[in-house]
Amino acid sequence: MGVEGIGASVVRKEDRRFITGKGRYVDDIKLVGLTHAHFIRSPHAHARVKSIDSSAAMKMPGVVGVLTGQQIVDDKVGNLICGWAITSKDGSPMKMGAWPAMAPETVRFVGQAVAVVIAETKNQARDAAEAVVVDYEELQAVPDIRAAIKPGAPQLHPEAPGNVVYDWHIGDEAAVKGTFSRAANVVTLDLTNNRLVPNAMEPRAAVAEYDAAEEHYTLHTTSQNPHVARLVLSAFYNIAPEHKLRVVAPDVGGGFGSKIYIYPEEMVALWASKKVGRPIKWTSDRTEAFLTDHHGRDHISKAEMAFDKDNKILGLRVKTHANFGAYMSLFSSAVPTYLYATLLSGQYVIPAIYAEVMGVYTNTTPVDAYRGAGRPEASYLLERMIETAARQLKVDPTELRRKNFITAFPYQTPVIMAYDVGDFGASLDAAMKAIDYAGFAGRKAKAKSEGKLRGIGVSCYIEACGIAPSKAVGSLGAGVGLWESAEVRVNPVGTIEILTGSHSHGQGHETTFAQLISERLGVPISQVQIVHGDTDKVQFGMGTYGSRSLTVGGTAIIKAMEKVEAKAKKIAAHALEASERDIVIENGEFKVTGTDKSIALPMVALAAYTAHNLPDGMEPGLKETAFYDPTNFTFPAGAYICELEVDPGTGKTSFVNFVAADDFGRLINPMIVEGQVHGGLAQGIGQALLEGAVYDSNGQPVTASFMDYAMPRADDLPSFKLSHTTTLCPGNPLGVKGCGEAGAIGASAAVINAITDAIGNNKLEMPATPDRVWHAIHGKAQ
Amino acid sequence: MSRVELKINGNAVSVDVEDRTLLVHLLRENLNLTGTHVGCDTSQCGACTVHIDGRAVKSCTVLAGQAAGSSVTSIEGIAKGDELHPMQAAFRDNHGLQCGYCTPGMIMSAIDIAHRYGGKLDEETVRHELEGNICRCTGYHNIVKSVLDAAGRMKVLQAAE
Repeated sequence: MGVEGIGASVVRKEDRRFITGKGRYVDDIKLVGLTHAHFIRSPHAHARVKSIDSSAAMKMPGVVGVLTGQQIVDDKVGNLICGWAITSKDGSPMKMGAWPAMAPETVRFVGQAVAVVIAETKNQARDAAEAVVVDYEELQAVPDIRAAIKPGAPQLHPEAPGNVVYDWHIGDEAAVKGTFSRAANVVTLDLTNNRLVPNAMEPRAAVAEYDAAEEHYTLHTTSQNPHVARLVLSAFYNIAPEHKLRVVAPDVGGGFGSKIYIYPEEMVALWASKKVGRPIKWTSDRTEAFLTDHHGRDHISKAEMAFDKDNKILGLRVKTHANFGAYMSLFSSAVPTYLYATLLSGQYVIPAIYAEVMGVYTNTTPVDAYRGAGRPEASYLLERMIETAARQLKVDPTELRRKNFITAFPYQTPVIMAYDVGDFGASLDAAMKAIDYAGFAGRKAKAKSEGKLRGIGVSCYIEACGIAPSKAVGSLGAGVGLWESAEVRVNPVGTIEILTGSHSHGQGHETTFAQLISERLGVPISQVQIVHGDTDKVQFGMGTYGSRSLTVGGTAIIKAMEKVEAKAKKIAAHALEASERDIVIENGEFKVTGTDKSIALPMVALAAYTAHNLPDGMEPGLKETAFYDPTNFTFPAGAYICELEVDPGTGKTSFVNFVAADDFGRLINPMIVEGQVHGGLAQGIGQALLEGAVYDSNGQPVTASFMDYAMPRADDLPSFKLSHTTTLCPGNPLGVKGCGEAGAIGASAAVINAITDAIGNNKLEMPATPDRVWHAIHGKAQ
Repeated sequence: MSRVELKINGNAVSVDVEDRTLLVHLLRENLNLTGTHVGCDTSQCGACTVHIDGRAVKSCTVLAGQAAGSSVTSIEGIAKGDELHPMQAAFRDNHGLQCGYCTPGMIMSAIDIAHRYGGKLDEETVRHELEGNICRCTGYHNIVKSVLDAAGRMKVLQAAE
């Protein structure tokens, strides 16, 4: 390993611009002639749009135009799509209602846009929006899952009778039934997975520009996947063909899934920029973000687990209802199916699993992938179930886990996934040691003497990252392939540009990917530039989500590097009059083994581009491309243990310790990996203790600002104790697994298991606010 | 419209703005100092934190006119040329940032905290004092580490001066 190669915690290359205020986010962009958009949004959860009168607004100062949903329909801009087709149990395709970018007739959630005002300044657009008169006829709203599936419930979309998008299942129902009939013990659990708002700190934004001379559009947008955005905007929304549309995602301030999707505002900005003949900027405010950024989670589940007399798990049966909100977002259909139910085996040998998932429409903001996407819901269900079982069976929860751990790999679960490698006992050992699990009873007794209720909670998660291979996901209904591309350009002076189809919005790719090059060539990372986020610069790529960037995108870089190195070795061998087989690369030089002959990388690069003395028949240049399609997911896994105290007088929870032992395979930059874990844990803990999107019975969001949606703040969280165990992923040459979502997947069960342990009452839902915890201690309804 | 005269990062500026213009918009829109960010509408997130006459203030809570006559420092004004402020360096060295969006406000708040507490900072105090700045990426772990590290560096610098 070089000082900046694999395994080195080098500080990030990208940091200097951020800490000096020189980051370039979408809202920072200014263009000559720029106008500003403000959307007029429905105040009702469900209503018919009877009329829109913009005549007064058009006369307001600075107004350039007011455009409505009917106009976008008339111009044949396509409806928003869902990119993953799910088939119901009965073989029928999922049932979807149409979703125009601005509603011409019916609005189905508070915040849905019906019109947009374009004006010279942002304030003028806001002022004029006040003067647009929209006449609504209110309809009865469906605020949540229970209301949606009630017989006689109001219908959101005529295409989806009973508000049901699909009724899907996986696994062997008969086999599971058999395990329950011969079970010595059955454990049941009802739980809710609370709805969350992603809340990346940078609000979404778009700057759209139409060049009439070239008939060409440019969109700067807050995207995790600019090429996917261009594809969807071209192929489905009819904005412009791909070669006439450039999408740029510059510095993006966090995503967590919410910036995967191509939103109505981006479509409208592009469409309107041609209509008004001026560039347009739209920047979401925070309340708009609460109303329109796609939310996460929102499940209601019933689970049953069968055990034999030796406490071995026999079977698992799960029935889940998932809330999709008012429309089917881009990947929403896959989240509670193939990203959720396929993880229900967890770290355990479960001979038979059967899961049913019913996805429903409600008059709420659309729901899609949010950090973890389905896997946090699976992990939470399973880890609360194991903890509940341990209490019911009166065994130590760590022992019950160990007894049922998968220990032989590869392991085929009954729900599609084939785990390649892992050592679940090792991570549990590491976490138990870090928290002094053996000493907990003594600490609990001491806390009790001080009037505090102390609890400990374990969560052993496994997840699946880097969805793959493309052929398999295609057979399951995905509308896209999930490979990644890379291009390595060695410039004539020996500096290196890596163009990647993945996108960094905080993950540190500019450093981690440069370290991969430093490792192979022995050059400093300052010689390497990572280029991403611009469809004019980078060839088609799939972007960043599902903890895929290093495992899939990093491997694509390695594959392209292998080609570059092979060619460079030929050039070096030719120049040094040696055999290509004898050339090794060390410290930026190509050396002939066993001799003192060498040639430096810049000289090899220069030779490639001058082409004065290349081997016969060789093309000039030193640039290679690779597309990499993985053979399997990667399976990060680990053990989290939380120790906390509850004040029985107030219901307030205080952390004593939180330890995490993760297995991410090989770590490229441990500092960055740990940062990812910290952030994930914070979101998992946020879900457990603080966060929850709340709607009233009319579908009005009650939590639409940071005043009433509790974001985790510095004094809500502990410092974390992290450690790593390692089994190298056999599926990629780096041996790496994804690390971006693990914390959010594993943390919430650890927290709730700890609180329920402390208070001696297993009936507790997230977020476990002091009010809920107090009532769980002292009785009365939650 | 009103004319507002104030000092920004040591330079005297005079700008004509609408009366309802917030200080953060003066910085971002009129002066192109886009390092100061807007993350919410309710003065909760702290991404817009700057210093007014040496004290950390959320620039979305202040009308540009209210800042007239004062000396404002934004994230662009704390390094000495190429030499980073110790707080900036500590955030980089301790991986105290990921997406970078909350970072300018976080650093401006943290400098104020370090000044107010001198060398007497501990983890609990830092966490309590940072309550007005929201970060969604880091889980605050490395931010707390950065602030404690920088407070130490600043103390050493002060002693040297």
